Amino acid sequence: MTDLVSGIVAKYNYWIYVILMMIGLYAMIGKRNLVKKLLGMNIFQTAIILFFISMGVKRGAAIPILDKAGTLANGVDPVQILNPLPHVLMLTAIVVSVSVTGVALAVMIRIYREYGTLEEDEILEKLDR
Amino acid sequence: MTYTHSYIPLAAVMISLLGTIPITLSKRKPILRESWTLLISLGKFALIASMLPSVLSGQGFVWTFVDVLPGLPIAFRVDAMGMLFALVASFLWICTSFFSFGYLSKLKKHSKTRYYTSFSLAMSATIGVAFAANLLTMYMFYEILSLATYPLVTHDQDCRVRSAGRKYLSYIVGTSIMFALPAVIMTYMAVGSLDFTPGGILTGKASAPMLALIFCLFIAGFAKASIMPFHAWIPAAMVAPAPVSSFLHGVAVVKVGVFSILRVILDIFGPDLLRSLDYGVMLAYFVSFTILVASLVALTQDDLKRRLAYSTVGQLSYIVLGVALLTPHSTQGGILHIVMHAFGKITLFFCSGCIYVATHKRSISEMDGLGKQMPLTYAAFFIGALSIIGLPPMGGFISKWNLLLGTLEANQLPILVILLASSLLNAAYFLPIVYRGFFSNGTNEHVNEFRDVPYYCLVPMCVTALVSFVLFFYHSVFVQLAKIAAGS
Amino acid sequence: MNSYSNLHMYVMAVPLLSAFALNLMGRLSRYWVLPLTVGPLLFSTIGSVLVLVRVASEGAFSYTVGNWKPPYGIELLVDPLSSMMLLLISVIALIATFSANAWARREFPGREHLFFTLYLIQVAGMMGLVLTADAFNLYVLLEITSITTYGLIAMGKGRAPLASFNYIILGSIGACFYLLGVGYLYMITGSLNMADIARIIGTVNHGPALATAFAFVLVGLCIKMAFFPLHGWLPNAYSFAPTSASMMIAPLMTKVTIYLIVRVILSVFTPEYVFYTHQAVQSGMVWAASAAIICASSLALGQRELRRMFSYIIVAEVGYMVGGIWLANGQGMTGAVLHIVNDALMTLCLFLAAAAMSSRIGSLSFDNLNGLCRKMPLTMSAFVLAGLSIIGIPPTCGFFSKWYLLMGGIETGHWEFVAALLFSSLASVALFFRIIEFGYLRDMEDKQAEILFKATPSNEAPMMMLAPLLVSAASLILVGLSSGPIVRFVRTGILKFL
Repeated sequence: MTDLVSGIVAKYNYWIYVILMMIGLYAMIGKRNLVKKLLGMNIFQTAIILFFISMGVKRGAAIPILDKAGTLANGVDPVQILNPLPHVLMLTAIVVSVSVTGVALAVMIRIYREYGTLEEDEILEKLDR
Repeated sequence: MTYTHSYIPLAAVMISLLGTIPITLSKRKPILRESWTLLISLGKFALIASMLPSVLSGQGFVWTFVDVLPGLPIAFRVDAMGMLFALVASFLWICTSFFSFGYLSKLKKHSKTRYYTSFSLAMSATIGVAFAANLLTMYMFYEILSLATYPLVTHDQDCRVRSAGRKYLSYIVGTSIMFALPAVIMTYMAVGSLDFTPGGILTGKASAPMLALIFCLFIAGFAKASIMPFHAWIPAAMVAPAPVSSFLHGVAVVKVGVFSILRVILDIFGPDLLRSLDYGVMLAYFVSFTILVASLVALTQDDLKRRLAYSTVGQLSYIVLGVALLTPHSTQGGILHIVMHAFGKITLFFCSGCIYVATHKRSISEMDGLGKQMPLTYAAFFIGALSIIGLPPMGGFISKWNLLLGTLEANQLPILVILLASSLLNAAYFLPIVYRGFFSNGTNEHVNEFRDVPYYCLVPMCVTALVSFVLFFYHSVFVQLAKIAAGS
Repeated sequence: MNSYSNLHMYVMAVPLLSAFALNLMGRLSRYWVLPLTVGPLLFSTIGSVLVLVRVASEGAFSYTVGNWKPPYGIELLVDPLSSMMLLLISVIALIATFSANAWARREFPGREHLFFTLYLIQVAGMMGLVLTADAFNLYVLLEITSITTYGLIAMGKGRAPLASFNYIILGSIGACFYLLGVGYLYMITGSLNMADIARIIGTVNHGPALATAFAFVLVGLCIKMAFFPLHGWLPNAYSFAPTSASMMIAPLMTKVTIYLIVRVILSVFTPEYVFYTHQAVQSGMVWAASAAIICASSLALGQRELRRMFSYIIVAEVGYMVGGIWLANGQGMTGAVLHIVNDALMTLCLFLAAAAMSSRIGSLSFDNLNGLCRKMPLTMSAFVLAGLSIIGIPPTCGFFSKWYLLMGGIETGHWEFVAALLFSSLASVALFFRIIEFGYLRDMEDKQAEILFKATPSNEAPMMMLAPLLVSAASLILVGLSSGPIVRFVRTGILKFL
C-alpha cells in the first residue's frame, strides 16, 4: 500500500497531466458549447505539452543557457543541464496548437454568423428545421 | 497439341471491342451502324475460321500479354474446345445481327446504338472466354460478359425489367464474386499458376477436402451454367428482346458458363484426378436432378420464352453431365451438344421472336392455329424441336447418341434412364406446340392483327434450322474438334 | 548534380512557395490562379517521376535537411514506397486541379486564390509527410495538412463549417495522441529519428512503455484515417465539403495516413515487435478491420445521397488496407500498399464524377439522379468504371489489390477478413447498380430536364471537369494492367523490412 502511495506521490506530475487530459477530453466530447469544446482541446494539448516538458527535468540541473566564456574554458557537462530538446519540440507544438485554435475560432465565427448561436444542440435543431 | 505465337486470337477478341467505337460514332446513321455491326461480325468469324485448319491438324495459337500478377499473364490460347465454341458463337452472331436488324426496326425499339455496342462488347468477352489461356483471363472475360449483357437484358428500361435485371446481376455477379473468385485464388495458392493444361494442374497439390471445397466453389461460382439452384436468372432474363434472349441466353452467356465448368473439369482438375476422387460421378448425378426438374417445370410454363428458358436449363446440364461422366464418348457428346443445342435453341428463340413480331403473342395457349398462317416459322420450330429432343435426322441426335454411349461406357445405367426420360419430356413440351399450331383451330382474333415478319427475321431463322438439319450429315468438323478436346 | 540530388526537396518546396505567390498574385488578377497552381504541380509531377526513376535504378537514399547529421537533424527518406506516394500525390493533385478550378469559380467567385493557397499548402504538407523520416517532423506535417484541410472544408456552405469544427476537435485528438506516443518513444530512446529509434528499441529493455507508445500512435493515426469506429468525422466532413475541395482531399488524406501507419510499423516499431510480440493485438486488429468493412459497407447501403455514400465506401476501403497490413503477411502488406494507390485513383474518379454530375443537376440525392445515363453518358461511363473498380472486376485496378488481400487472408487463415472482403464486393455491386438503375432505367422528368439542361451544346459537364474524369477513369484500367511492375516495385520497398 505504501509502495503504491509513494509511487503515486513520486510521479505526481504525471498524474496531474493525466487528470488534465481527462478534463480536456471530457470537455471536447461531453460539452455542447463549441467554445467549451475548443477550450477543452486547448487543455488537452496543454497537458501533453507539460508532459513533454517534464520529460526533460532533472533534479538540481541548470537551465540550458550557457555562458560562453565559462563553456569555452571548462567545457559543459550535459548531466548538469536540463534537456532542451523537449522544450524546443513543445515550442513547435504550441505553434501548432495556436494555429488550430485560430482556425477553429475562424470557423466558429462563421458558424455564429450562420446560426446565431454556438450551442451544438441549438444548431442541430435549426438544421433539422 | 503444339502452339505457335500469333496475333490472330488477340485480333479476334479485339475486333468487336474496338468495333464499339465506330458503332457508337454512327449513332445518327442507322444504316452505317448496322453495316458496321455486320462487318465486324463477319470479320470476327473470318478470323476465327482462318485458324480452323491449323487447329484441326493439331497446331494451336497463343498470345501472351504482360504478367499482371506473378505468374499470371493475360493470355489467349486457341485449342480445339475453344475453337469449337468460338466458331459457333461468331457464326450465330452474324445470324443474330440480321435478326436484330429486322426485329428492332419492326418493333421500333429505342437506343439501338447502345444495343449494338453492348452486343459487340459481349461478343468480345465471349470469344475472350473461349480463347482464355488461364483461369484469370477467363474470369476476367466472364465478369466483363456479365456486365456487358446487363444493358441488353434491361433494354426495355421499364419497371418489370428492373427486378429482372437485379435478379440477373445478383445471381451471376454475386455467385462469381462469392464462389468463383475464392476458388480461383485457392487454386493459384495451391499450384502457383492458373494455366489450362490438359490433364489438369491440381493433381497432388492439395488435400482431398481442399479439392472438394475448390470443386464445389467452382460449380457454384459459374452460375451462368444454370445448374440448379442457381438457374433462376434465366427465366427472369426472358424480359430481354428476342434477339438478346436467343443469342445471349441460348448461346453465348449460358455456353460461357458451361464452357467455364468444362475447362475447370478438363484442364484444371483433369479427368484422372476427378475419377480418382469420384467427383465426376457425383457431379453427374447432381446435374441429372437439374435435367429432370427443369424439363418438368418446362411442361408447366405457358409463356413460350419461359418454356424455352427452362428447356435451356435442362440442356445445359446435359453438357455438364456429358463431361462429368469422364468417358471419351460422353465428353465428346457433351462438347458436341454445345454446338447442336446452340443451333437448335437459337432457331426456337428466333421462331418465338417472329411470332411476337407478327402477333405480339407470348403465351402458347394463344398460339393455336398459328401454324397455318406462319408455316415457315412453325416448320423451323419443328426442326429445332426435333434437334433438341435428339431425334434423327437432326444434328441433336449426334450429340445425344454420344451421350447415351457415354453413359453405357461409364456403367451408369440410372443416368441412361434419366436421359431417355428427359428426351421424352422434351418431346412432351415441344411437340404439342407444333401440333396445336398446325392442327388446332384458333380464334379469329389474330387474323386482323397480323403483321408481316421482315425477311431479316425469317432468313436467319431458316438458316439456323437448316444448319441443325445439315449437321446430322456434315458434322465431321465439330466431331473432330470435340474428339481432340476430349482426347487431350 | 547538386540540384538533382535536392530534387525531392524542390518537389515539395515549389508548391509551398507558389502557394504564397498565388495568394499575392491572385489578388491582382483572377487569371493568375490556374497557371500558378498547375505550373508547380506539373513541376512536382515531373520531379517525382525523376525521383522515382532514380530510386528504381539506384535504390533508396536518405537526405539530411540543412546538413545537420541525423539523429540530430531531420532526415528525409526517399525509398520505393515514399517515391511512389510522392508521385501519387502529385498526379492526383494535378488531375484534380482542373476540375477544382472550374468548381472554385462557381463556389467562391473572387476568392479562388484563397482556396488554392490552402490547396497547395496541403499538397506540400502531404508530400512532406511521405518523405519524412523523423517522428516529430511527422507530427508537424500532419498538423499542417490537417489545418489546411479544416480550412478547405470550412469554406463550404451550409453544414460545412459545423462539420469542419467537428473534424477539428476529433482530428486534434488524433494528432495529440500521436504526439503523446512520440513523447513516450522519446522517453524510451532519447531520439526522434525513425531509424535511430528502431535501433535503440532493439537494445533497450522497454516493457510496457513501448506498448503504450505504440497504442497511442496507433489510435491517433486511426482517428486521422477514419478507421471504424473512429470514423465519425468523415462522412459529414467529406459530404458537406465544397465540391472543389472534396475531390482532392478525399482521395489523398486517408491514404497518406495509412501510408504513415505502414511507415511507422516498418521503420519505427519493427514488424517483429508489432506483429509477433503482441499476437492478440494482431488478430484483434484483423477482426476489427473485418468489422469495419462490414459495418461501413452496410452503412453505405443506407445512404440516400451520392457523396455520403462515397464517404462510407472510403471508410470501408480504409478497413481493407488496415486489415491487409495487420495480416502480418507479405501478400497482405503488398495488397494493402497496392490498394493505397488503387483506392486513391478510384476515389479520385468517383469524386470527379460526382463533381461533373453536380455541375449539371446540383444536389446529388438519389431522387435527382433519374435518367442521367442518357443525358451524361460519358460521365456515367466513367462513374460505372470507378464502381467496377471498387467492386473488383478485372482488369480495373481494384481487382488486383483485392486479389492480394484475399490471398493474404486465405494464407493466414483469417477467414473473417476474406468473408468481409467478399461481402463488401457484393455490397458494392448493390450500391453501384442501384445508382445505375436510377440513371438508366428511370427517366428524368421533362420539366426538370428543361431547367437543368438548358440550351447548351452538350449535356455533359464542361470540358474542364470532364477531361480529368476521363483521364482518371482510363488510369484505372492502365494501372490495373500494369499491376505486375507496380507490385514488383512496391515489394522492393517492403521486403527490406519483412
